[in-house]
Amino acid sequence: MNTDNAKIRELSRRAYKYGFVSDLPSDALPRGLDEQVIRLISAKKSEPQWLLDWRLKAFRHWLTMREPTWQNVHYAPIDYQDIVYYSAPKPKTPGPKSLDEVDPELRTMFAKLGISLAEQERLTGVAVDAVVDSVSVATTFKRKLAEVGVIFCSFAEAVQQHPELVRRYLGSVVPYSDNFFATLNSAVFSDGSFCYVPKGVRCPMELSTYFRINAADTGQFERTLIVAEEGAYVSYLEGCTAPMRDNNQLHAAVVELIALDDAQIKYATVQNWYPGDAEGRGGIYNFVTKRGKCAGARSKISWTQVETGSAITWKYPGVILQGDDSVGEFYSVALTANYQQADTGTKMIHIGRNTRSTILSKGISAGHGQNTYRGLVKVQKAASGARNHSQCDSLLLGSQCGAHTFPYVEVKNPSARVEHEASTSKIGDEQLFYCRQRGIREEDAVPMIVNGFCREVFKELPMEFAVEAQKLLGVSLEGCVG
Amino acid sequence: MLEIEDLHASVEGHEILRGISLRIEAGEVHAIMGPNGSGKSTLAQVLAGNPGYQVSGVVRYQGEDLLAMPAEARAVAGIFLAFQYPVEIPGVGNLYFLRTALNAVRKQRGLEELDAMDFLALAKERMQLVEMDPELMNRALNEGFSGGEKKRNEIFQMAILQPSLAILDETDSGLDIDALRSVAAGVNALRGADRALLLITHYQRLLDYIVPDYVHVMANGRIVQSGDKALAVELERHGYAHFEAPPAPGEGS
Repeated sequence: MNTDNAKIRELSRRAYKYGFVSDLPSDALPRGLDEQVIRLISAKKSEPQWLLDWRLKAFRHWLTMREPTWQNVHYAPIDYQDIVYYSAPKPKTPGPKSLDEVDPELRTMFAKLGISLAEQERLTGVAVDAVVDSVSVATTFKRKLAEVGVIFCSFAEAVQQHPELVRRYLGSVVPYSDNFFATLNSAVFSDGSFCYVPKGVRCPMELSTYFRINAADTGQFERTLIVAEEGAYVSYLEGCTAPMRDNNQLHAAVVELIALDDAQIKYATVQNWYPGDAEGRGGIYNFVTKRGKCAGARSKISWTQVETGSAITWKYPGVILQGDDSVGEFYSVALTANYQQADTGTKMIHIGRNTRSTILSKGISAGHGQNTYRGLVKVQKAASGARNHSQCDSLLLGSQCGAHTFPYVEVKNPSARVEHEASTSKIGDEQLFYCRQRGIREEDAVPMIVNGFCREVFKELPMEFAVEAQKLLGVSLEGCVG
Repeated sequence: MLEIEDLHASVEGHEILRGISLRIEAGEVHAIMGPNGSGKSTLAQVLAGNPGYQVSGVVRYQGEDLLAMPAEARAVAGIFLAFQYPVEIPGVGNLYFLRTALNAVRKQRGLEELDAMDFLALAKERMQLVEMDPELMNRALNEGFSGGEKKRNEIFQMAILQPSLAILDETDSGLDIDALRSVAAGVNALRGADRALLLITHYQRLLDYIVPDYVHVMANGRIVQSGDKALAVELERHGYAHFEAPPAPGEGS
C-alpha cells in the first residue's frame, strides 16, 4: 500500500562500522581446555589452593553437563576446545597517539553518543600517558571510596587482598554447578570486578567499571561479585554505550549480588557488543548468568538492563528473595535488529514472607531480529503475602521480525498475588504520518517513538546513563540512513 | 495560496476523490461540509501528504507542486492538519514532541532552534489561547487524553506551529460547547491576512464560531455545491439527502 514498510526495513538495518581489530597477544595458552589449563590459569594468577579446588570442581562438573537447548535462539555448535582460555593482560600494541589519529567515523559515533573526550581516548586506546585526566579521576575516586571503607577493585586483586570475603561469598548465589555457562565460567573465569560496601555505608558515588583501573581486558569469562552489608547502598554501572569490540565470540560472564538486612543494590547494564553484520555473520554470543540474593530482611536488588548489542543474548538476571519483606526489580530494554537474537528475562524466586517483585520488560525487534522474553516467577511455600507484577511489552518494526513471550509462574503459597500483562504493538503508519505532518522526518520519528516506548525503563537508569541509552537507541536505529 | 485542479485519490483501487477543484486565497476561510464517506477527510489527508493514497491531478501551493512534496516538506512549507483522530505516542512527552516538531520546521526554514526554556515560555503563552490544561503538557502525547483534550491539543499545536494553511478535520466533533468555544477562539486568533483555513465539518455549529467566507458541499468525492455562509444554514435545515444520489452509471473516472 505504501513504501513505509520498505523504509522501516531500511531504517532498521543498523551499520556497525567498526570491524574487529586483530591483535591476539602472543602470551596465550594454546587452544583447548583440560585440568592442566585450569591449573595454569590459577597459577598465573597466584591463586590460593581453595580457589583452584573450586575451579577444578566446577570443571569436573562441567564435563558432565550439556549445553542447554531450550532457549529460542539458533547458532552453529560452539567448539569449546577451539577457545583460548587464558591470555595474559599485557600492554597493547601501540595505540593512536591522539584522537586525531582515530577513525573519523568512530569519532562521529562518539559525538552522537555524547561521550566525553577523556572516555573517547580510553575507548580508542589512546596511549595511557595521554589520558592523564581519566586516570587521575579514577585515582581520586578510589581514595574517596577508601575513606568510607568501600572496596572496589578487580576480582583478581580481591582474591589477593581480601581472600576471606571472596571465599565467603563466591558461588553463594550462583553455585559452581548452576548451569552450563556459569559452570564453565567458574572453571576458567579470567577477571572481573569486586565490590564490598560495609555495614551502614551509602556508597558516595555510582560505581562504574570505567573508574576501575585495569578494567580493560577482563576478557570473555568475566566474574563480578558485589556485597552490600547491613544497611549499605550501592549503585553499579556496567558497560557503556560505546560500541565494544572483542576478538572472542563466546562470552559467558557471571555476576553475583548479595544484599544483607536493609541493604540495597542497584545494578545497571548497557550492553552494546558487536552484533554481527547485516547478514548475521559474526557477532558476540553473550551467555550471561546474573543473580542477586536478597539475603537479609527488607533488602532490595534492582536490575536494569539495556541490551542493544551481541548476535545472541541469553541472560536472565534474577533475584532470590530470601529475606522477609525483600524486594526484587527487573527493568529491561532489549533491541534486536538485523539477525540478532535475544532470549532474555528474569527469575524472581520468592522465599521470604511479604516479598515483592516487579518485572518490566520492553522488547524491540527490527529487521529479522528475534526477541524473546522468558521469565520465571516462583513463589515458595513459606512466602506468604508474596506479590509480583510483570509487564512485558513488545514493539515490532517491520514485518520480518519476531517477538515471543514465555512467562512461567509457579506458586506454592495460596496467599500470593501474581499479575502478568503483555502487549505487542507495531510502529503504525498512522503514528509515522502524524509525526511527518508535524515536520519530523521518519528517521527522527522512529527513534523518538522507540524511546518513548522504553521510557519507563530508562527512568530507572541513573540520569546520565539514561541520556546515553536514549542516544544509543537512536543511533542504533539510525543505521546507515541519511 | 492553494489551487486544486481535478484531484483524484484512491486507496487500494477504490476511488474516493473523483475530481476536486478548489481555490483558496490567503486570508480566506473555507468550510467543507458533507455526509459521512463523501471524501472530506481523504481530501485533508491527501493535502497533508499521507502516503497511503494514490493521487492524481494538480495541486499548487504557494506556486509549488504540492503533490511532489513529502509530508514533512509540506509541514515545513506551512501546511498543518488538525487530525480527526490524533494518534497517541506512549512515552513521548507532549511538549517534547511539539518542541521537536517546531525545531524541525524552524531548522528547515533556516531559523535558530528554540531551547527548552524559550520553548516553555512560548508554550505557556499559547496554551492560554486554547485554555489548555497545563497538566496535559507533562503527559505523553495524547496518551489517556479524552477526545476533547486531543482536539484541543491539536489546536494548541497549531498555535505553536503557526501554519500558513491550516486544515481542521472535524475538530468540532467530540467537543462540548465550552470546549468548542475556546477552541474556536484559538482558531480565530490565528486568522490573518497571510493565513488560510480549511474547515471540515458535519455541522453548521462550528461555523457559528468560526465564520467562513465560503462553504462547499462534498458528496461522492466531488464538490457538488459552493456558496457562502448561508449555504451552511440551509444544509443544517434540509440535510444532505438530496446530494447523496448514487452516481449515474458510467460516471466517475
